[in-house]
Amino acid sequence: MKRLLGVSVPLGAALLAFVFGGLMILALGENPIEGFRAIIDGAFGTGDRLAATAVRATPLLLVGAGITIAFRASVINIGGEGQIIAGALLSTAVALWIPDTPKIILLPLVILAGLVGGGVWGAIPGVLKAYASVNEILSTIMLNIVAVQLMNYLLRGPMIDPIEVNGSRIPQTERLTDNAALPTLIAGTRFHLGVIIAIGAAIIVYIILWRTPLGFRLRAVGHNPDAARSAGISVERNIVTALGLSGALSGLAGVTLVFGSESLRMVTDGGSAGFTGSAGYNGIVAALFGALHPLWTIPSSFLFGALLTGATQLQRVLQIPAAMAVALNGLIVLFVVSSGRARTWLDNRLKDGAADIESATEAMGEGAA
Amino acid sequence: MRDFFTLSVLVATLASAIRLAVPYLLAALGETIGQRSGVLNLGVDGVMLLSAFGAYYTVLETGSHSLGILVGLLIGLAMGVVYGVVTVFLHAQQGISGIGIFLFGLGFSDLLFQELVGTPRPIPSLPKLAKLPGLGGLFERLEDITYIGEAFFSHNLMTYLAFLLVPAVTWLLGNTTFGLNVRAVGENPQAADSLGVSVARTRFFAILIGNSLAGLAGATLSLQLGIFQHNLTNGLGFIAVALVYFGAWRSKWVMAGAMLYGIVTATRLQWQARDIIPSSASDIAAMTPAIITILALVLLASRVRGPAALTRPFTRH
Repeated sequence: MKRLLGVSVPLGAALLAFVFGGLMILALGENPIEGFRAIIDGAFGTGDRLAATAVRATPLLLVGAGITIAFRASVINIGGEGQIIAGALLSTAVALWIPDTPKIILLPLVILAGLVGGGVWGAIPGVLKAYASVNEILSTIMLNIVAVQLMNYLLRGPMIDPIEVNGSRIPQTERLTDNAALPTLIAGTRFHLGVIIAIGAAIIVYIILWRTPLGFRLRAVGHNPDAARSAGISVERNIVTALGLSGALSGLAGVTLVFGSESLRMVTDGGSAGFTGSAGYNGIVAALFGALHPLWTIPSSFLFGALLTGATQLQRVLQIPAAMAVALNGLIVLFVVSSGRARTWLDNRLKDGAADIESATEAMGEGAA
Repeated sequence: MRDFFTLSVLVATLASAIRLAVPYLLAALGETIGQRSGVLNLGVDGVMLLSAFGAYYTVLETGSHSLGILVGLLIGLAMGVVYGVVTVFLHAQQGISGIGIFLFGLGFSDLLFQELVGTPRPIPSLPKLAKLPGLGGLFERLEDITYIGEAFFSHNLMTYLAFLLVPAVTWLLGNTTFGLNVRAVGENPQAADSLGVSVARTRFFAILIGNSLAGLAGATLSLQLGIFQHNLTNGLGFIAVALVYFGAWRSKWVMAGAMLYGIVTATRLQWQARDIIPSSASDIAAMTPAIITILALVLLASRVRGPAALTRPFTRH
C-alpha cells in the first residue's frame, strides 16, 4: 500500500497539471484534446521529433541527477543555471584553445573541462556553506548572476567570433571545431552521444549514492548531520562534495548544450535562459518528479523533455505560446511539494489515524527510498 | 572619466539610483516581513513578473496608472494566498515551492504577454509626483531647487511610498501586536503557540503582506520602464531575497542594500552612456553587486542570526 502511495504523488501531480494545462488551452479558445494531441505529436510523432525530445531531456537529466545528490545530502542547489554556464564556458575555452587536437583526445578534455567548470562553480557555495555558514540557496543564486555576466563579458569580449568583432557584434563564439562535437549516433537526427552520457551519468549517480561508502556518507549527512558527525563523518567535507558533484553534472549539461548543438557554438542573449533554456530550474522539476531518485529521474526528464518539445508544436499548430510548458512545470513543482503532506494525511487515514505526521521534506526525501 | 565627476552628472546618477532601487526595496521589504515570520519566499521573481505584466496590460488597456498599480497589488495578494496555502497549510518545502512559483510566474506572464499583446508596445511611464494634481504643486516648486530638487523631488509616487515603507515596516514589526506575533512565530513558534498566538494565521498574513509588496514591486518595475517583455525582472526578485539576508532582517539595512544595487546599476548605465567604459567592462561591473552580496553574507553569516524558525514548517505536537 505504501508503495502504491509513493507512485501516486507524481502521478496525481501530473494529472492535476494535465487538467490545468487543459483549462489553460480551453481559456485560450482552443480544443484541449487537439492541444494534447499536438504536444504528443510534437514530442513523439516522428523519429526526428523523438530524437529532439531525447536531446531536450539531456541537460534536464544531468542537472536532475546532480540535484538528487545535493538534495539527498540536504543541500539545496538552485545554482544549476550558473553551473551549466560555468561548465559550458570552460569547455568552450578548451575547444577554442586547442582546436587541432585529435577528437579522441579533445572530446574527453572538453567533457572534463565541463565537469571541472561546473564542479568548481558548485563547490564554491559548498565551501561557503560548510566553513562560513552562508546559506547555499543565496550563494547559488548570486553565483548564477555572476556566471551570466561572466558569459556576457567573455562572449562579447575575449571569446567573441572574430568575424563578429567588425560585424554585427552578435555575442557568440566562432563555430567550434568538429573535433569537439558530440558525435551524432542516429544519422539524420540530432540524437547525439550526450544523451547516452546523461543516462550513464544517472546510473553512476545511483551507484554512488547507494552502493559506495561516499554515497552512504552523503546520505547520512543529509539524514541527520549530528548523528553523522558523531559517527566520525565530516559534515563539512560532504557538503562541499555534494555541491561539487551536483555542479559538475550541471557543467556536463552545459557541454551537451554547446557541443550537441547544431550551430556548434556558444551564444548569449544577455540572460541565462537564452543559453540554458532554464535547464537549471527544469532539472530540479525533473528530479522532484522522479522522487529524487536518479533512476526515476531518467523517465521523468524524458517526460519534461517531451513537454518542452511538444509545446513548440503546440505553438506551431494552435498558436498557443510554448511558454505554457514553463508555467505547467511551475505548477507541477507546487503540486509535488504540496502533496507530501497530502500523502502523509492519506497514509494516516489508512493506518486509521496513527499520529506520526512528518514534515513534507522528509516525506519527499523518502518517496523513493 | 572626468565628465562623470561633475556635479550635474553625479546628481543625475543619484536620482536614477534612487528610482532603480525602488523595485528591489519594495520586494525586499515584503520578503523581510515574511522571513521574520519564519517563511522564506523564493518565488518573489515570479510574483513580480505576473504583477509587472498585469500592471502593464491594465495601463495599456485603460491608460490608468493607479488602476495598473492596484492590479499589480491584487495579483501579488492572490499569489500570496497560493503561497500561503502551499507553505503554511500544506507544509511544502519552502525553497522548492518558491522555485515552483517562480517558474509558474515566468511561464504564465510570458504566455499572457504573447497571447494578449504580442509585440512589445510602450505605455506612458509613471509620471513624476510634480505632474500630479494635489501635492504636485509643492513638488513642482521643490524640484526647482538646484541639484537637490533633481536628486530628491523628481520622482514618482511609488518611489516615495517605497522609502516611507522603510520606517513603516520597522514600526510594524517593532511596535504593533501583529509585528510582535510575527517575530514570535519566526523565532519560536512552539512558545508563541502555547501563548495562544495562531502560528498559521500570523504567517499567512505575513505572507500576504510580503507578496502584495512583491506585487507592487513588479507593477512599479514595468510602469517605470513603460514596457513589458519576457523575463522583464531578469532575476531582480532573487536579488531582493538576498538583500534581506544582506540587511540582516532590518529594514534600514535592507534599504541600504537596495540603494547599493541602485547606485551600482545607475553608475554603470551612466558610464556606458558616456563611453567611459566599453560595454564588455560593463558586464564585469554588473557582477559587482552579486559579489559584494556574497562577501557580505560571508562576513555576516557568523555574526548575525536570522529568525530561528526560518524555513521550518510548524506542526503542533
